[in-house]
Amino acid sequence: MLELLKQPWPWYIAGPLVGLIVPILLLIGNKSFGISSSLRHICASCIPANIPFFKYDWKKEVWNLVFVSGIFLGGIVALSFLHSPEPLRVNPELTQELAGYGITNFNNMVPEDLISWSSLFTLRGFLVMVAGGFMVGFGARYAGGCTSGHAILGLSNLQLPSLIATVCFMIGGFIMANFVLPLILSL
Amino acid sequence: MMLNEAQTRGLDTICINESRLQHKWYHMLKYMVVGMLFGIVFVKSEVISWFRIQEMFRLQSFHMYGIIGTAIITAMISVFLIKKFNVKTVYGEPVRLASKTFNKGQIYGGLIFGLGWALTGACPGPLFAQIGTGVTVVVVTLLSAIAGTWVYGLVRERLPH
Repeated sequence: MLELLKQPWPWYIAGPLVGLIVPILLLIGNKSFGISSSLRHICASCIPANIPFFKYDWKKEVWNLVFVSGIFLGGIVALSFLHSPEPLRVNPELTQELAGYGITNFNNMVPEDLISWSSLFTLRGFLVMVAGGFMVGFGARYAGGCTSGHAILGLSNLQLPSLIATVCFMIGGFIMANFVLPLILSL
Repeated sequence: MMLNEAQTRGLDTICINESRLQHKWYHMLKYMVVGMLFGIVFVKSEVISWFRIQEMFRLQSFHMYGIIGTAIITAMISVFLIKKFNVKTVYGEPVRLASKTFNKGQIYGGLIFGLGWALTGACPGPLFAQIGTGVTVVVVTLLSAIAGTWVYGLVRERLPH
């Protein structure tokens, strides 16, 4: 059993499990699934700087911060007890393309050749980690949610604004991955 | 326009959780447990992998579409059943789900988020899980995402919505 759990989980197992988070959070405390909100609560609790957007009682949303710390702990548990030593199986076309940019290490969930402390001080590493992170945080709040709040919770509740946001997430992702990222990786 | 506290929180469309019930601190632990299980699923299904996100946006793998698609279907059926049978929370409260209102932020913000998602290969949830799996440098990405959120709060009034 443990050996089976150590293998990568197929999509038809993982997808429904992720979807079940929505009713679980609703039923155990009337909480709406959303992860990027945690970033806002961190701002509101640590650096509100008198900005109206951060002037609210963040303590009422502490559950969200507890929830994301749980996700962090889940990462630790998965690494400690369920780690599979095999490298990731990546689409051969992508493998070949990435090799052209010097990305050849597939042992980790993230490419060590691109996302690592030593890479942080290269131009492409800086763009991927710092500029990319900034766009994730800025864009998610501007859109009023991220993949969890819009694509999963919003769509499950048949919200048209969430469909619009999700389509825009995908368009942005397609443009970046196919047209912009190749230029950044060549830097 | 002056907003009251609840309205300010509601600006985010997602921060609408307000139960009138008061609970002891340890009631929070259940959210940690749910988050932990979620984090494990994230890691084991390789959702937190930069490579899987690249495959998704290059249409080189069905994996991510399968996960997001079945997650939405499962959540949709659950929400439908909760509404249809008026299922109550464990504290006996009626389940409340806020409607979202359209604003242009969903388009502009959505595009910016999508660009960032494909660049970092992670949306906010996976960032936390990646740090847990020992990729400590992702702390920088997370701090940058917090900075992005903060700057949004700062310039919010001047952006088209």
